[in-house]
Amino acid sequence: MTDLLRDALERLFASQASPAQVRAIEDGGDAGPLWAAIEEGGFGHALVPESADGAGLALADVFPTLMAAGAQALPVPLGLTMLARALLAEAGEDVPEGAITIATDPDAAWRCAGLPYARTASWALLACPDGFALAPMGDVAPDAGQDRLSGDVAFAKPARRVANPTDLRAMAASVLAAQMAGALVRVFEDTIRFANERVQFGKPIGKFQAIQQQLSVMAEQVFAARMAAELAFSGPGLRPDPLRAAIAKARAGEAAVRACATAHAVHGAMGITEEFDLQLLTRRLHGWRLGYGADGYWHARVGQAALAETSGGTLDFIRTRLMY
Amino acid sequence: MLAPLPLTRIPPEDEALRAPVKAFLAETVAALPASRRVRSWMGFDAEFSRKLGAQGWLGLTLPKAYGGAARSPFARFVLVEELLAVGAPVAAHWIADRQSGPLILKYGTEAQKQFYLPRICKGEAFFCIGMSEPNSGSDLASVRSRATKTAKGWRLNGRKIWTTNAFRSHYMIALVRTSGAPEDRHKGLSQIIIDLALPGITVRPIRDLALDTHFSEVFFDEVELADDALIGAEGQGWEQVTAELAFERSGPERLYSSIVLLDSWLDHLRQTGERSQAAALGRLIGALASLRAMSIAIMARLAAGESPVVEAALVKDLGTELEQEIPILIADALGSHPERPIPAQLLAALTYVTQVAPSFSLRGGTREILRGMIARGLGLR
Repeated sequence: MTDLLRDALERLFASQASPAQVRAIEDGGDAGPLWAAIEEGGFGHALVPESADGAGLALADVFPTLMAAGAQALPVPLGLTMLARALLAEAGEDVPEGAITIATDPDAAWRCAGLPYARTASWALLACPDGFALAPMGDVAPDAGQDRLSGDVAFAKPARRVANPTDLRAMAASVLAAQMAGALVRVFEDTIRFANERVQFGKPIGKFQAIQQQLSVMAEQVFAARMAAELAFSGPGLRPDPLRAAIAKARAGEAAVRACATAHAVHGAMGITEEFDLQLLTRRLHGWRLGYGADGYWHARVGQAALAETSGGTLDFIRTRLMY
Repeated sequence: MLAPLPLTRIPPEDEALRAPVKAFLAETVAALPASRRVRSWMGFDAEFSRKLGAQGWLGLTLPKAYGGAARSPFARFVLVEELLAVGAPVAAHWIADRQSGPLILKYGTEAQKQFYLPRICKGEAFFCIGMSEPNSGSDLASVRSRATKTAKGWRLNGRKIWTTNAFRSHYMIALVRTSGAPEDRHKGLSQIIIDLALPGITVRPIRDLALDTHFSEVFFDEVELADDALIGAEGQGWEQVTAELAFERSGPERLYSSIVLLDSWLDHLRQTGERSQAAALGRLIGALASLRAMSIAIMARLAAGESPVVEAALVKDLGTELEQEIPILIADALGSHPERPIPAQLLAALTYVTQVAPSFSLRGGTREILRGMIARGLGLR
C-alpha cells in the first residue's frame, strides 16, 4: 500500500511537478492544477479515517510519500494537509477541499509571519492555546523565505475553535523532517552521479580520495537523518511523538547543513546557477531547517525533557521516551 | 544507492532480559566510582567476568551444547548495552565473548568448539586479537608474522603490537602469513589460535597516556604450535577477518564509549538545576537515539545472515564521532562557569575520556579506512 501510494505520487510528479513546473509556481504561477491532480489521486486524504472517506493510513504508511514530496521540491503542502485533515476529521470537523498549511504562532490579531506555503495553501490550521482553528488563507505578503512560497499573512478571526490540545509545532516539524530526508537522499544521489561524470585532471572527480571522504560523510549524514525521520513517523496515532519529532527535525537540520555544503562543493559553480536543479533542493533544505524550529530549538526540547526526569541515565531515557 | 534500513524493535522476549541484568548490575557495578566505570569496555576484572559467566550471560548466543544460552543477537544487544551504560568492567571476557567465540563457532572444528567454547562461557578463557604489527597498521594485509608448516604442526615467528590485554589473556587469535610472501597481500594469510603460555612467547605491556596498561607487544620466537592451532581454512584468514569486523563495527560499543561521562554530567545538571545546557544535552541524546536505532536495524540484518559492511562502517564512523564529541562539549559546558568547581568524579571521568578519545576512531579500523570502505560501497572506488 505504502509503495503503491508513493509510486502513484511519483507518476503524478512527473507530469505535474517537474523542475520547470516547480520554478513556474515559485515565480508566482498557479499551483491550482498541481493541487487538483493531487486531490484527484486522493493523496490529501491518506491519513483521514475510512469512516470519514479517507484512506485510513497510519503515519508510517505515508512516510515514503512525504520523502518523495521532499525529493521533488513539491511546492504545495501535501504533508501538512494530510496531517491537518486527519486532525480535523478526528475532531469531527468538516474537512475542506484545498491545501492546508500549519500556522504555529499566530499573534493576538491573527497575523502570522513567515508562514510556510502561504502562497500555495488555501487554508491554515492556526494553533490556539487550547487547540486549533481552521481559517481560509488571508492576504499574503510574500517574504524572503527560501522556497519563495512563504509569506506574512493576516487572517480573519476564526469563526470557531476546536478544543483539542495538540503540539502542532511538533507535527509540522516532523513533516518537514520527512521532506528533508527525501530531499537529502535525492541531493546525495545527484551528487554521487555528478562526481562520477565530471572529469578533471583526466579522471572523474569521484576517484579522488578527498572527494570520496566528503561523500562518505555525506552518506552518513543522509543515512542518519532518514533514520531519525522514520523514527518520528513510527508509533500509533496521528500525532508524531513530540520528542521523536524533535530528534527528527534537529537531525535533519544538522544533516542538511553538512550535506548541502558537500553537494555544492562537488558541483562547483554549476551548482549555484539558477538553471541547475540542485538549488531547488538545497534552498529548501536550508529553509525547512529554519521552519517550525531549527536544530537548537528541538535539541533544547529534548534536553529539557531529559533534565526533567529525576532518575535514570541517557540510555533509559532513549529507550523509554524516544524509541517506539 | 544506500537502501533504507527498516526500523526494528527489540522483540519482547529479548527485552525481558533487561530487568534481571539491570538488577545484577545495580548490585555489582553501580556503586563503583565514575572514574572507574568510565573505562567502559577497557576495564578489566576477571572476577566480574566469572560472575557474568555464572549468570549464564557469557556466550549468550552460542549453542547450549557448547555452554551457551542459544539466545538471539537482540538479547545480547540488550545485555551489552546495559553493561556499557553502567560502565561494567567487561574487558576480560570482551573479545572472547564478542569475537573469538562466534569465530570459533563459525570456522572451528568440532574439537576446537568443544575445547574453547565452554570455557569462554564460564569466563575461564580470555582472548586477545593479534592484528597490528610494528609495520602493519591500517595496511593489515602487509603482516609479516609467519607460521611455517612442520611435521607436528606450525612454527611461529614474528611480532604483534597494540594487542589489547595480551599479558592477561589465555589465548590470542592472530592473523599471520602461512604461505606466499608479503607481496601476495590478502592471499596466504590465516588465523591461528595461540596458547600464550607456550615457550618462546614474550609479552611486554605498554602503558597508555592515561597511565592504564592494556596495550601489549607480543614476540614469537620459534613457537611450536600443534596442527589444530589453525582456525578455519589455511589461506582464508583475510576473508575470515573481514567478516568478523562487520560484526564488530556496528555494535553498541561503538556508540557508548563515553556514556558514563555523559550520564555523570546529566546527573550533575539535574543536581545543580543548571538548565542552560539543555540544547547541548539534547543534541547528544538525539544523536545517540538515531544511532541506536541504526545499530539495532543493522543487527537485524546481521541476524538474518546478511553482511551490511557499508552500513556498519557508516554507523561506526558516526558513532565514534559522537563518542569523541561528548568530552569536548562537556568540557566547554563545565568551563563556561569558571567560578564553579567541577566535582572530582566528574572531572576524573572527563579527563579520562578526553585522553583516550582519539583511540575511538583508530581501533577496529580508522576513520579514514572506514570512509574509504563507504566510498567503495557507493561505487566511487
